[in-house]
Amino acid sequence: MIPATHLIEATYIIAVILFILSLKWLSSPATARRGVWAGEAGMLLAIIGTLLYQGIVDYKWIAIALVLGAIIGVPLGNVQMTAVPQRTALSHAFGALCVTLVGTAEFYLRTPNVPAFVMSVLSLEVILGGLTFTGSLMAAGKLQEVLPQRPITYKGQNFVNLAVLAIAIVIAVMLVRDPSQTQLYPVMVGIALIFGVMLIIPIGGADMPTVISLLNSYAGLSAAAMGFVLNSKLLIVAGSLDGASGFILSVNMSKAMNRSFTNVLFGAFGQVQPAAAGAVEQRNVRSATPEEAAAILSAANKVAIVPGYGMAVAQAQHKVRELYDALSKRGVDVKFGIHPVAGRMPGHMNVLLAEADIPYDKLLDMDDMNGDLPQTDVALVIGANDVTNPAARTDPSSPIYGMPILDVDKARTVMVIKRSMSPGFAGIDNPLYYLDNTLMLFGDAKQFVNSIVRELTGAGGGHG
Amino acid sequence: MVQVDLISSLYVFILAAFIGFEVIRRVSPLLHTPLMSLTNALDAIAVVGAIILAGERKSNLALILGTIAIVAATSNIVGGFIITDRMLKMFKSSRTQKP
Repeated sequence: MIPATHLIEATYIIAVILFILSLKWLSSPATARRGVWAGEAGMLLAIIGTLLYQGIVDYKWIAIALVLGAIIGVPLGNVQMTAVPQRTALSHAFGALCVTLVGTAEFYLRTPNVPAFVMSVLSLEVILGGLTFTGSLMAAGKLQEVLPQRPITYKGQNFVNLAVLAIAIVIAVMLVRDPSQTQLYPVMVGIALIFGVMLIIPIGGADMPTVISLLNSYAGLSAAAMGFVLNSKLLIVAGSLDGASGFILSVNMSKAMNRSFTNVLFGAFGQVQPAAAGAVEQRNVRSATPEEAAAILSAANKVAIVPGYGMAVAQAQHKVRELYDALSKRGVDVKFGIHPVAGRMPGHMNVLLAEADIPYDKLLDMDDMNGDLPQTDVALVIGANDVTNPAARTDPSSPIYGMPILDVDKARTVMVIKRSMSPGFAGIDNPLYYLDNTLMLFGDAKQFVNSIVRELTGAGGGHG
Repeated sequence: MVQVDLISSLYVFILAAFIGFEVIRRVSPLLHTPLMSLTNALDAIAVVGAIILAGERKSNLALILGTIAIVAATSNIVGGFIITDRMLKMFKSSRTQKP
């Protein structure tokens, strides 16, 4: 008979292979679901393997916890697609909680005999885990709108934050030198928890995609650190895969906002620029009715729809699908341009549009869309603001200058659905609205799109 | 002994990080949301550490913290896989519509 330890190791090795294949298969929508199955199989195998471990003396609590976790997990897996960003933030918090609790238990089991290296990674594990836990809860609260979404900033904030982090690191060093000082441990974890809150206080909604990615990366790194503490290669692999994924996404998001990591964390983007807010000079804005918009759209050959967070807020994605259907039926070529930071997390818009049954090959990323826009007749902007702001190209004094945008102003006609002329989340005025080829469509995104659809199907007939 | 484990762990970490970068770089931006929920579910493999902690029952603290940690990680596993699959099911191509 094979010894149980070998059997366990075998399940772990197969799990590692399945995890890597899982991410590999995720590279294209055609194989992506196979990736989920591989991940599930690997996970199941690793858990069964672990349950065979002979050191386990009591299965009762494990069983209760597994069942309870599953009971909590099912509703978390079945949230509305619009709630995916906050669900994701919440799951980062849960992952970080698990890692922090395990690290804490390990510390109290092993102290005072903790080798310096183990104590270092354990400190890294619980500091990263702790700040990710509270930071992700804060992010989820902001996304769910139970916390104020406006960034809260004060003078010297960066200095205070860095000082707090520095204290946690100093305590970690003291613990590494003398792990018997158990009274220091709760202080270190407490500071990490507080730091997580302070880190997210100055973050506004527009920065959420970057911050969620960053928290994802921290959650992965803390799990990898836990793997070092427990000497579990399986955990190290899973943690570094998650960490790498979060890191790549963070870099993508930062690039898409033309900002450095430190700038996202310490920049507090959301302050209203006094200059921009003051410049409410009367400029000419042209607006149009749904009838006019429908007439222009049906006369077009190529239409580009640019959705943003406003579409998600208004739950307009299904109406947008009807618009896509109505226009496609008339032979209009409709594409969607997705900015990397549109919405509240990476890929947010793609998921919402896929939910509305829009084929994914109609969803273009920023570079492809920008190649198409100069030959596009109508660009229809729905609930997106900063990612279409031409000031990013032309106005060096703009806070978003240099940020890559979707060049909707290069289309022959631009139509913008917007509630009012108020500036977007970042409080930056958008010169797009005053261009000669821009028509403002004032109203709720869902209702306005609905009115356009009714015009199109009513006049042309033959819908459905 | 500890030293040997440490070195081999570092090798594993570095190799896994490189594999992670290479594999994930190829994931289409279309699927970045499912990517995040899937890696999050995979990351919840930390549950194995929590299971051993709660199962070994070396102290009451370890049992309590381990049990809570299992709940947290399991909810991520279950919720993460469910939502990832729900999202991926929605992605359809206009070229490969069901016959």
